[in-house]
Amino acid sequence: MDDRIEKRIELKAPISRVWRALTDYREFGEWFGVKLDGPFAVGEVTRGHITHPGYEHVKWEGLVQKMEPERLFSFTWPHPKSLEKEGYPLDYSKEPRTLVEFRLEETAGGTLLVVTESGFDKLPGDRRLESFRRNEGGWTEQMKNIENYAARKA
Amino acid sequence: MPRGRHNNLAAGRRTHALVFTALGDPTRLSLVAKLCTGQPRSISHLTKRSKLTRQAITKHLRVLESAGIVHNVRIGRKSLFKLDLEPIAEVREYLGYVSEQWDQALLRLKAFVEY
Repeated sequence: MDDRIEKRIELKAPISRVWRALTDYREFGEWFGVKLDGPFAVGEVTRGHITHPGYEHVKWEGLVQKMEPERLFSFTWPHPKSLEKEGYPLDYSKEPRTLVEFRLEETAGGTLLVVTESGFDKLPGDRRLESFRRNEGGWTEQMKNIENYAARKA
Repeated sequence: MPRGRHNNLAAGRRTHALVFTALGDPTRLSLVAKLCTGQPRSISHLTKRSKLTRQAITKHLRVLESAGIVHNVRIGRKSLFKLDLEPIAEVREYLGYVSEQWDQALLRLKAFVEY
């Protein structure tokens, strides 16, 4: 069993376009579903909040580790105990963090993006499932929102 | 229930690291395999056909126990070890959940940069 997640996706867009979508805080917010307060900078914390209805109270926080233009963008982020309103605001500085890395590679058809998230071994063992169960409904709902959005756009 | 109590006490301190460490060793994996039938087994039974000593096997069982994957149960005067797959399932399920969130986020990214 691996303690990391790795995703590979081929994007039919130039590497410069993908880099912008990842590292421009407004563009990142568009596809990720978060309203960020300011730009990403190495060694700095960028904060914001989730824009998904019902989850606007959920804070987003990332501490940028690396920004190597059109190659690598990485940050660490907390995995809080629960995303429910109750218990907020949390002290994110005390929450265990994982490392998220976006690696870009130019391909004939556009860009290969490899996303890895690692450090799950640092997360407490008991509470993860609890927050998973609590949020399952939220994500199913979000998928519906995306479908609706896509249908409207089509 | 001893198992329930054990979980409540240990769960707060347990991290995913223990599960990953516990399963990251061939001897411990073979012990898990031997216990997979669900039948509680004694140390003697688990040491059979192993090159390792009883002491070494006991040490490995303690590691599995600290991760909550194995529990010591007493049946009469016998001390037996029983498998508990719950901690493994928890880790897998959480990773599955995060993995699915990434799938969805990356599809949104794809739509965002391609159109």
